[in-house]
Amino acid sequence: MTYLAENWDFVLELAWQHISLAASVLFIALALALPLGVLLARFGRLATPVLGLLSVVYTIPSMALFALLIPVTGLGFKTAATALVVYSQFILVRNTVAGLQGVDPAVLEAAVGMGMSGWQVFREVRLPLAMPVILAGVRVAAVSIIGLASLAAWINAGGLGVLLFQGLYQDHATKIWTGTILIAFIAIAASRLLQRLERRIRSGLDGP
Amino acid sequence: MAALESALTYLAANADRFWKALGIHLELAAASLAVAAAVCIPLGIWAARSPAAGNWAMNVIEALRVVPSLAVLILVFPYLGFGARTAMVALSILASPPILVNTYVAYRNIDPAVLEAAVGMGMTPGQILRWIETPLAAPVVMAGIRTAASEVVASATLAAFIGGGGLGEFIVNGLAMNNVGLLLVGGIPVALLALLAEGLLSIPEYVVRRRIR
Repeated sequence: MTYLAENWDFVLELAWQHISLAASVLFIALALALPLGVLLARFGRLATPVLGLLSVVYTIPSMALFALLIPVTGLGFKTAATALVVYSQFILVRNTVAGLQGVDPAVLEAAVGMGMSGWQVFREVRLPLAMPVILAGVRVAAVSIIGLASLAAWINAGGLGVLLFQGLYQDHATKIWTGTILIAFIAIAASRLLQRLERRIRSGLDGP
Repeated sequence: MAALESALTYLAANADRFWKALGIHLELAAASLAVAAAVCIPLGIWAARSPAAGNWAMNVIEALRVVPSLAVLILVFPYLGFGARTAMVALSILASPPILVNTYVAYRNIDPAVLEAAVGMGMTPGQILRWIETPLAAPVVMAGIRTAASEVVASATLAAFIGGGGLGEFIVNGLAMNNVGLLLVGGIPVALLALLAEGLLSIPEYVVRRRIR
């Protein structure tokens, strides 16, 4: 507790770095995964090989992925962000495809029957109905990104992992605990937030 | 490409070192997995016998999953010191949740009618556990062990931070010495190992599943 009281500004800065790294990763990852997922749901034959490839990448341990990227992208934020974006693709794309393909074909047919254009059906029927599944993927991805971002400190990309490594090298248990608890706290907060969003969307779908 | 070349040069000159690190990596992973299985399978079966306590425990375990593997490894260090033993303790902890949760779920979800039939046939509780419950639960337990194994093979890389040795050591040293080749000497085999573990470990699960049918 005294450690936190005396160094709260430093800890706060690290927490902020951690959150902004995770948030920007999630943002970039979604910008890639959503279009890819839509494309794969449309061209179903491509889904299996692409998802297979992404799952192979997903299996690679984070530290190995960092090691493989450093020769290309160097140290720092860029490498950490790239690794985490690549990582989260599997979960995000898989859920986007599953969500879009899981929409009842009868509903889509009804929408077409009502005279909706292809784009309208996608935007107003298919995407909203797939949203809960997509958001569930976002939640899992967010929690894993927040956890993996602790390794970013090792390649000078900052974040709460700095406390873990400082604690390790200085044999300072309080620092390690502080870092761990804050990372867990951020992960839980993110998960709760997304869960609430998911529920709201779900209840909006069931509504009148 | 230059990085790959220097990695190969290093590998050719230090082959014995590489094999030793690979051996330690596998040993560390296997030993931790064995410890976790030996502790968590009985614990999971026991938890399945008292659903109220078991359910609560499983929720706690699920909640604790937000703690990153790296944090678990580093947290153990101040209490147990530097070295392979510490790494093994941390890796066993990391391997536990999937084995525990899957064992619990597997033994809990056995059809009560099957158990009643077994009792009706005059089987003792020990016989039921051995001949009825365990074979039925095996595929799900196996799936848990597989998840745990890939977690352990991956996290054994992080063990290098706390002196656990293994392939992660090349990565840690490569970064510290700014030697890109060394990074690849660790990184490529670790990636391949993780993929191999995932592939190989699906075989026993498959066999068990087929047998039951």
